[in-house]
Amino acid sequence: MNTVIAFLTRAIVQAIPLLFGSTGEILTEKSGHLNLGIPGIMYVGGISGVIGSFLYEQSVGPENIQYLPAVLIPLCCCLLGSLCMGLIYSFLTVTLRANQNVTGLALTTFGTGFGNFFGGSLIKISGNDVPSITLTATSNMFCKKLPFAASLGPVGRLFFSYSFLAYAAVVIALVTSWILTGTRIGLNLRAVGENPATADAAGINVSRYKYAATCIGSMIAGLGGLFYVMDYAAGVWSNNAFGDRGWLAVALVIFSIWRPNVAILGSFLFGGLFIVHNYIPNLGVATQELIKMTPYVVTIIVLIFTSVRKRREDQPPASLGLSYFREER
Amino acid sequence: MSVPAIELRGITKTFGQVIANKNVDLVVNRGEILSILGENGSGKTTLMNMISGIYYPDSGQILIDGKEVVIRSPRDAFQYKIGMIHQHFKLVDVFTAAENVILGMENEKYNLKEAADHVRKICDQYGFELDPEKKIYAMSVSEKQTVEIIKVLYRGADILILDEPTAVLTPQETDKLFAVLRRMRDAGKSVIIITHKLHEVMSLSDKVAVLRKGEYIGTVKTSETTEADLTEMMVGKKVSLNIDRSDPNHPQDRLEVKGIDLVSPEGIRILDDISFTARGGEILGIAGVAGSGQKELLEAIAGLQPLSGGEILYNNPKTGETENLRNKTPLEIRELGVRLSFVPEDRLGMGLVGNMDIIDNMMLRSYKKGRGIFVRKQEPRELADTIIKDLEVNTPSATTPVRRLSGGNVQKVLVGREIAARPTVLMAAYPVRGLDINSSYTIYNLLNDQKDLGAAVIFVGEDLDVLMELCDRIMVICAGRITGIVDGRSAKKEELGLLMTGKEAEDE
Repeated sequence: MNTVIAFLTRAIVQAIPLLFGSTGEILTEKSGHLNLGIPGIMYVGGISGVIGSFLYEQSVGPENIQYLPAVLIPLCCCLLGSLCMGLIYSFLTVTLRANQNVTGLALTTFGTGFGNFFGGSLIKISGNDVPSITLTATSNMFCKKLPFAASLGPVGRLFFSYSFLAYAAVVIALVTSWILTGTRIGLNLRAVGENPATADAAGINVSRYKYAATCIGSMIAGLGGLFYVMDYAAGVWSNNAFGDRGWLAVALVIFSIWRPNVAILGSFLFGGLFIVHNYIPNLGVATQELIKMTPYVVTIIVLIFTSVRKRREDQPPASLGLSYFREER
Repeated sequence: MSVPAIELRGITKTFGQVIANKNVDLVVNRGEILSILGENGSGKTTLMNMISGIYYPDSGQILIDGKEVVIRSPRDAFQYKIGMIHQHFKLVDVFTAAENVILGMENEKYNLKEAADHVRKICDQYGFELDPEKKIYAMSVSEKQTVEIIKVLYRGADILILDEPTAVLTPQETDKLFAVLRRMRDAGKSVIIITHKLHEVMSLSDKVAVLRKGEYIGTVKTSETTEADLTEMMVGKKVSLNIDRSDPNHPQDRLEVKGIDLVSPEGIRILDDISFTARGGEILGIAGVAGSGQKELLEAIAGLQPLSGGEILYNNPKTGETENLRNKTPLEIRELGVRLSFVPEDRLGMGLVGNMDIIDNMMLRSYKKGRGIFVRKQEPRELADTIIKDLEVNTPSATTPVRRLSGGNVQKVLVGREIAARPTVLMAAYPVRGLDINSSYTIYNLLNDQKDLGAAVIFVGEDLDVLMELCDRIMVICAGRITGIVDGRSAKKEELGLLMTGKEAEDE
């Protein structure tokens, strides 16, 4: 029983960065932009938060930090960093109409390099023996649990033992889902992603929607990087530890057929599949790697199913990946 | 006398050198249906686009309810209660009808249920049949058109402009649409309908305004005019062009088309029992308003359209045998010497690759001739040089990407490549569209050369004057049917105009 609860809580913690990433990506893709820069943006979100909290911890000393600034400074840095990435992406793809795939992949490469450069610099400044930065004090602030969680036993551990960012991820996914399906803004955004010419003719400002969706989406995705460092990794940043979570988030978008509410459950499933090998005894290294592969396999299966069924509602936005030129007359 | 709902005074619009509209005056009253009649390129759609805010006129006034207004965007047009239904629908496929209708209406509370009820009310009022919850992708063309019309009515439009609304409809759907339009007229709305089908004009409208090559010819009351009068207004008097025309040189039957039918995936009949013979050493012209099935007919002969009936017989001059092209692949048909030269609605898309140079584009037709996996560039290079020299293609070199050439030069490259293979049947659709006078004459001469060499030339044109001076025989089609085949030397312009609008020749 305890193992199961431990597995489930661990799976959910594993899932939250993915959920942030795919909620952001879904929002972006609904505007017709395939942002393959998400892995880089999440990486930048993470390192930006680390820079903020590192500077704050250095300036006041780790033992003197206050809750509010300790949380807000990294949070704002993270949002700012990922917003910049989103702005670069949308300027290139919306205003300059550059190829979205190339731009996205370039941003991922850039983001990883950016993160590793500043990660390495901070490690050098801190003079650590091991190649990592430890921000335990800030992490503890981020990981403050609900006070009554401990008293509720297994139920408390399963439902109430997470940091505020985890709940934020779920809430953001639900709100995004509601905005997309139940509001005029969502209707307009979907129209932009499906058929920008029609949206334009209806008087919707296509570029503004594309910019907003891409930038807000990037900021949401960036939070995934922050959650990873501060919560999952307990405040320890080491270069490249983030791994391929960014790509997993992109795969999750397809898995959840462009629905943020489905992405919540999908992320839990992906998180579980990602770590389940740790909970199955006596596995060889090869088998472990095979099991780690399952999220991608599941995504391919979903892709096959939706392609075969051809239900129009389950397809990506019709103009995904295409630049919009207003017909010049 | 009441104030007209909309009035145009001296509207002029030019695109570069081309005059699209010149000094157009137009008056539409409330409770009136006005048809705008004209051939292709007569400026009907341009004129209407100026009322609906897509273009802005160079000069002239637009008056709504007697007051002069400035319409700079579709949004302004909405404000003056003008709604235009374009030929190409602007709808989001995965949305429901109701969602499409309310798209972009920012000043209304977002409530799909109320919107759907409102849509239903409009449907009841004018007699539409539409389920507001139905997704667009599940709809027929006529239902989509209904959504477009409801979209403008929902926004409270009092002036409706429909751009060739019947082009995509079956006759039954057309009748339904006309019934709805009459009900709108009776409800006091002004309806402007762009069309080039005379019988529709006669049956639906109260007044007809005629445009010819951008010029406003006049407005007449439908009850006081006849189809013949309208045709004369539409096509005008004959203009002499002095195109050389040689006498046919021992014409022999080359291509016999027998009763072919073609039905589109939407179930609309595009070609209806088409039968004719194309002779070697002769130019057969095809006249008709755009979208009457000309393109599909040529594609059918080239093997690019699956037919639902009839046969196409080809008398091979080399072997003397008769072959049925319907059983052959496009490649086999090409090998027989039947060449579809170009459809310049998409000049680069159909025949040339814009980013490749002239030599590589020559090779597109001969790449199968190389040995093994290597291509041979020598022959295409020689061919490219010959074409550039003989046809006076204005290009820096044979290695210039064709997209950098002007329209006329692209055309010459295309036709040069096709005739280099010595075709026995050469089909050309609108080969001079968008070309200047000199390039046009070069193309006419090329076609004449092929005719003298014994090829059967099929020429789809839109300018009747050109057809009458270039072609030996002219076949007129209307809505996928042949309405007449006349002699090019004795044909009268009015006669062709009447045939184009669907009046069948009496002696057939």
